[in-house]
Amino acid sequence: MRYPAFLQKIADRADVQPVRVLTFTIDGRMVSAREDETILSVARENGISIPTLCHLDGLSERGACRLCIVEIKGSAKLSPSCVTLPRQDMEVITNSERVMDYRRKILELLFTERNHICSVCVSNGHCDLQALTAELGMTHVHYDYLHTKQVVDASHERFSVDHNRCVLCQRCVRVCDEIEGAHTWDVMGRGHLSKVITDLNQPWGESITCTGCGKCVQVCPTGALSEKGKSVAEMTKKRQFLPYLKLMRGAEIT
Amino acid sequence: MTRKRLATAWLDGCSGCHMSFLDIDEEIIQLFDRIELVYCPLMDFKTIPENIDFALVEGAVSSQADKEEILSLRESSKVLIAFGDCAVTANVPGMRNQFSVMETLSRAYIENSASNGILPDSVVPKLMKYARPLHEYVRVDLFLPGCPPPAGVILSTLSDLIDGRPPGIEGKTRFGA
Repeated sequence: MRYPAFLQKIADRADVQPVRVLTFTIDGRMVSAREDETILSVARENGISIPTLCHLDGLSERGACRLCIVEIKGSAKLSPSCVTLPRQDMEVITNSERVMDYRRKILELLFTERNHICSVCVSNGHCDLQALTAELGMTHVHYDYLHTKQVVDASHERFSVDHNRCVLCQRCVRVCDEIEGAHTWDVMGRGHLSKVITDLNQPWGESITCTGCGKCVQVCPTGALSEKGKSVAEMTKKRQFLPYLKLMRGAEIT
Repeated sequence: MTRKRLATAWLDGCSGCHMSFLDIDEEIIQLFDRIELVYCPLMDFKTIPENIDFALVEGAVSSQADKEEILSLRESSKVLIAFGDCAVTANVPGMRNQFSVMETLSRAYIENSASNGILPDSVVPKLMKYARPLHEYVRVDLFLPGCPPPAGVILSTLSDLIDGRPPGIEGKTRFGA
């Protein structure tokens, strides 16, 4: 079993001593959790919904999108529930006005950074980002758009990447590394100028590590990664393979 | 009963939102018993009238002419509605924003021109640097997303406004719908 660094320490310790179970509250509801479970995971097990974008079952957590932020009583800052572990008697609030307001702002800022034009996107109607606008009640973007200049790389024979639609969730990076084991994808740059790259920023079609498996395309939440030949609204992602492959990977390693 | 005064405007958009409005089909007859159309691109009004109750504004603000029109509409209108994705987000017209105006114009009028390719210098309004959503220029009272917003939502929104109900559009339309 492989964990991101922040969890690894706890995972290692769990080898020599049993995992403790603790209790805390989410939105006033008493819940119990293993100490190595994230707040997000416990909330979902208990049917409490927290919106996410970069999270995908079967991949490690990255905390990239911050949409899953929650309030923790006694802490002034908001914490991303996908990378925060519960503590005994912690009081978590997932749906306060403050949290909802910040989530909408984060979502709006994602829209200002790139060119997300749903109406002409391959993923129109099948997009996690688009669905979140409805879920979070985003009516419009209150901030100035940045109009960043982004490119499309269609050098791969079967897939293309449109950086205009990328939200830098790094699902592609994680699935390529953790499930396919190729680590073709990574990120370069800082802040909103960051960009997902193949190999050392070579055209995707010239990548010597890409196996052409297409897992990155299927896990991409938006129309940033798509199959060639798909037109507007035609790109539906197939993610059923992920929990199964994750399970098999786990079995292989242990 | 006095009829409510409706204006519709067409800035930088494809007119698809107006087409969707017409798609309410025969319901338009009953609707027009209750509203009076005082300004519309499908009719020959030269100036923006005063005392508009509801203004449906389609399209992004792209040119100086668009800007003057939206400012004037705001002044005359009680309820101004950003009508469709171009008005709400700049949508497709906004895709030129990562290029300069000159790059955009030469793409359209020179590179892809079958004839000798001349940039327009009169009649066509001058493009501003960016196509922007309405709310970057004026206060917008209601955002009606969709590309285009479905006919049913346009009808229910107008009916709600006429009856003085808050229009409930949540879940009925979305960006790109």
